[in-house]
Amino acid sequence: MNALATHPKPGPPLWLLLELTYRCPLHCVFCYNPTDFERTGPELDTQDWIRVLREARALGAVQLGLSGGEPLARDDLEEIVAEAHRLGFYINLITSGVGLSETRIRALKEAGLDHIQLSFQDSSKRMNDFLSSTRTFELKSKVAALIKKYDYPMVLNVVLHRMNIDHVQEILEMADRMGAEYVELANTQYYGWAWHNREQLLPSREQVERAEETTRRFREREGRPMQIYFVVPDYFERRPKPCMKGLGSLFLTIAPDGLALPCHAARMLPGLEFPNVRSSSIEAIWFDSESFNHFRGDAWMKEPCRSCPEKARDFGGCRCQAYLLTGDAANADPVCDLSPHHHLITEAVERANRPQPEAKERVEEKPLVFRTPDNSRALFP
Amino acid sequence: MSDPSISATARPAIERGFRLQWEAAQNAHVLLYPEGMIKLNASAGEIMKRCTGEASIADITADLERSFETTGLGNDVMAFVAMAVAKKWLRIPA
Repeated sequence: MNALATHPKPGPPLWLLLELTYRCPLHCVFCYNPTDFERTGPELDTQDWIRVLREARALGAVQLGLSGGEPLARDDLEEIVAEAHRLGFYINLITSGVGLSETRIRALKEAGLDHIQLSFQDSSKRMNDFLSSTRTFELKSKVAALIKKYDYPMVLNVVLHRMNIDHVQEILEMADRMGAEYVELANTQYYGWAWHNREQLLPSREQVERAEETTRRFREREGRPMQIYFVVPDYFERRPKPCMKGLGSLFLTIAPDGLALPCHAARMLPGLEFPNVRSSSIEAIWFDSESFNHFRGDAWMKEPCRSCPEKARDFGGCRCQAYLLTGDAANADPVCDLSPHHHLITEAVERANRPQPEAKERVEEKPLVFRTPDNSRALFP
Repeated sequence: MSDPSISATARPAIERGFRLQWEAAQNAHVLLYPEGMIKLNASAGEIMKRCTGEASIADITADLERSFETTGLGNDVMAFVAMAVAKKWLRIPA
């Protein structure tokens, strides 16, 4: 019990993210899913997910993300979408496209799916063949055509890292050929598998600047309109991102095993017992659970955040990043140059800035660890 | 700023990919779109919910003036529609 809690009472969890499964046909080295996903318990069943949707909607949740893993790996996805639509959610499917047949997209459309975000990820282990991987390109092109045929805007998300960031021009040309209306060039965020592989994935400052410049020039080209977002990697910033607009303020994630989290990476945070939807209602989880209240307000903050005039803007940054880099989730996000741990960021960037052998050689030097069930079990026997 | 290319006979509709709905929890109309949500104030909500693609801007204005027993809303409605078209919340079907 927490009778003396002085946490501000939050508004409703307006954004609900359901990670329906950790199963995924891809093995991306930059995935933010937890590296110990093989240790997590069984997936929720259809009725559990439907109860989660009803309870969250009753509290005011309205934006729904369906993600994973690969959400299409669930054969009840259509049923979940239909119920979410009936309840009035705006439903976003976040998918690799693997498994999105015409039968399924038609059923999803009929069920009321509002939006599809197609991520462009390489399914092969030959990272350096990323762009020439004909099989991947053909699959994505086929899915892109289906997305257009079923009258969805074509929204492409590409995760950037050291090994593909120099190909931004080719990526944008490919997106253009596919008829994309929106392209998000999202630099890798270093959680989960991406954290494990950070040294090989972090680009140099020069690479980031070149990619930004290429993006800027591409935006100015003549031709069909295509909205391009370039998400700068926070390691190259001096102030942290306002992660989740503060934990427990808007976002609620439910992991495949039913664990309720204030952000999709928060499972890693030590000392917090996150509730499970199998045993708690969404209302009790959101308003009453100790773990959701813990990082609300600013009572948890340490210096330099506590007395910082910018704390209301960035909430001290990302708790998970603070924990991963400094070992204490209550520290300032070291991305902030006011953090006494900021050198951990600048040192990582300096290492990335050094001339490095070709990617292939580096891969042999310290192997990239692909997101596979086998690797998950090997890391957490 | 009003867009001179929009005429009072235009029939604005909610842009593809957007959805307008009443949210009791927020006591407001909201405009939902991929990965985002705009909470509309009362007058924006009243205008947007009439943008069905069938009613012209003149019809919408007349309906609002009737509903709220007032007159002279024409410029406000036109300015809002122009802003919403510029922000791609609304489209003017050909």
